[in-house]
Amino acid sequence: MAAYPTISPAKGVEKSSGEGDTRRYISIPDISCAGCIAGVERALKSLPNVSDARVNFSMKRATVMAAPQVLDVELTQALHDAGYAAFTLNDSIVGQVTQTGLSSLGLRIGVSGFAMMNVMLLSVAVWSGAEDATRDLFHWISAAIALPATIFSAQPFFVSGFQALRNKRMNMDVPIAVAIILALALSLYEVSMGGRDAYFDAALSLTFFLLIGRFLDQRIRGAASSAAKDLTALEPATVMIDVSGCNTEIKLADLRVGDTIFLPAGARLPADGELIKGNSLIDMSFITGECDPVPTQENMPMPAGAINLMGPIWVRATHVGESSSLQRIASMIEQAETARNKYTSLADRASAWYAPVVHILALAAFVFWAFYTQDFRFAINVAVAVLIITCPCALGLAVPTVGVAVNNQLFRRGVILKGETALERLAQIDMVVFDKTGTLSEMSFDLQASNIPADRQGVLRAISGASTHPISQAIHKRLASVAPIEIENIVEEQGFGMTGECEGQTVSLTAQVLDDGQQATVFRYGANEYSLMFEERLMPDSQEMISQLNAQGYETVLLSGDKVERVAVMAGKLKVGSFHGEMKPAQKAEFVRGLMDAGRRPLMVGDGLNDTAALAFAHASLAPSTALDISRNAADVLVIKNTLAVIPDLLRLARVGRRRMVQNFGLAVGYNVFAVPLAFMGLVTPLIAALMMSASSITVIANAVRVSSK
Amino acid sequence: MNILLILIPVSLTLGFVALGAFLWTLKSGQYDDPEGDAMRILMDDDGPLE
Repeated sequence: MAAYPTISPAKGVEKSSGEGDTRRYISIPDISCAGCIAGVERALKSLPNVSDARVNFSMKRATVMAAPQVLDVELTQALHDAGYAAFTLNDSIVGQVTQTGLSSLGLRIGVSGFAMMNVMLLSVAVWSGAEDATRDLFHWISAAIALPATIFSAQPFFVSGFQALRNKRMNMDVPIAVAIILALALSLYEVSMGGRDAYFDAALSLTFFLLIGRFLDQRIRGAASSAAKDLTALEPATVMIDVSGCNTEIKLADLRVGDTIFLPAGARLPADGELIKGNSLIDMSFITGECDPVPTQENMPMPAGAINLMGPIWVRATHVGESSSLQRIASMIEQAETARNKYTSLADRASAWYAPVVHILALAAFVFWAFYTQDFRFAINVAVAVLIITCPCALGLAVPTVGVAVNNQLFRRGVILKGETALERLAQIDMVVFDKTGTLSEMSFDLQASNIPADRQGVLRAISGASTHPISQAIHKRLASVAPIEIENIVEEQGFGMTGECEGQTVSLTAQVLDDGQQATVFRYGANEYSLMFEERLMPDSQEMISQLNAQGYETVLLSGDKVERVAVMAGKLKVGSFHGEMKPAQKAEFVRGLMDAGRRPLMVGDGLNDTAALAFAHASLAPSTALDISRNAADVLVIKNTLAVIPDLLRLARVGRRRMVQNFGLAVGYNVFAVPLAFMGLVTPLIAALMMSASSITVIANAVRVSSK
Repeated sequence: MNILLILIPVSLTLGFVALGAFLWTLKSGQYDDPEGDAMRILMDDDGPLE
């Protein structure tokens, strides 16, 4: 990174020299254009004591060099002010994601590529008719280049192939390593005998093309895993505790049992605890499956992961770290054996039958010609030609090139494929199972004020404005356009509500539990009573997305822990195929497992802890990146923005991708069907081998790139 | 054929120079952010180098 000239800092800001600066990483998930790069860098560099800032667009991340006294919060705040969502990344996690594997692969690609070009130049001379001493000279020079270059560059294949053999397994690297070694050995022997054919260029171009396939493969995995790790780094590593009336921020790791946690509205409880004080509503849906928030009560036990929806609360920590209920669920998920571990990727399946076939063919060629002509040298030549021509050059590129093309498309849509075989599994999906709350709908604290007469709304606005209670505040905010009407003698009664007088009438705003157990806020004006319900709103795009899925022939299912009647209303609005209400987390998981056992291929979409087990059991699973750490671990697709709209597209692209992979295998095998008989008959020269190999690789790459153009 | 004695070293040297250049680009991180670098050319607010 340091090699770029840095853009000069904004004028008028004093810059530190940069000595003693520390490096910070900031994740900027929304960054999407050249203007954003400039905007982010400008916003960061205009801060005092920031010496350098550079955006890595591919990783959606900024690296900032800043003096130690600059707080991470200042950096993210500057970006928020400039209009970008930004999160500090935990640098201990980011540090692990350095792409050492990639750069060493890059080095190998470079070495093999340049060696290949030079040897190819010399080979052209040989092919165009160099003879005798000249040919020998060219061959020896080729050998001098090819041997060290191949030994260095092809190491990944040698190592992996050898490991596979030692474990008595077969993989794609075994035929590759055998072909490269035999091609080199045979060529050396031929050259020392003054022979006509040498396969140095073939050995090198094989290595070169296959390394590119390997590089692409690692890059997809690297990008996905670094994005996933970025998200882990987003988890709040700090917690606010109350030390004798003073709020202090400490690291989560330093939290001890007995500490008083201060939990502002919207925050998630990082440890198990019990309530000390504060009035609020708590979302505990992941434990109970109930969507309705629970009002706080004194000494109420609260599990880690509970979300404080309204006012600030103080909680005494009772279990922290490993012993908290969150961690226990996480370890349970890890133990669960999931279907996806059993899934064998297309490439593995192909190599399982390909490798033996190739070796048997080569052996057969050798045996046939050895007996037929009694010429062992010629027989070995034919056998090696068969090995080289069948070497899975195109096969090695078939999957990773498609993977890169599809992943690029998905990344642009804010989708990260986390699981290794996620793309292939997504292509097999035949039904989509949704969690309701948080995924398709959200609890909205907007009230339905339409049934209150206009003049009374002013009264409501006034009385709600008199309390700091979060519900009152929400109502007050909702009615911002209404002029308040003055109210006298307002009295607030803790835990009950407010009463007052207006134009001789008693008015009140109180919390109440309705007959069906729902939480409601009641507004009274004299004898008139209006209940203000919290509304469950559909997420934008959800209806359109479901209808698209239905039209494409996917079965859609809605699962919810909510009451059946409410789920039914939702299901009717969304037009999902079927729905199930009052599902406990374990029942959701059981439901998904039942589908898998019945041979279905469900995609589970969910975000809450209550979906985590179901996510783990499904054939493929998707979670928004805002989901809890452990749900994200269980899911193999993460969606950064606009969760829903992307699902039909995702499934379509996965199908296209898988089709391209199969096509690529077909193309690669097609070349072999044409070339193997030639090789078997002893008609393949090094020139034909080189042509075949390049042509098939380029065809496969071109076919993969077609994904992007759609 | 004496020309070969000049041309072969020349072509090999050129090859090594190119390899060296590639390794330099690799080392200086020019492949770290291909998409972002493609977009940076559109930015017009960079001032003169100091």
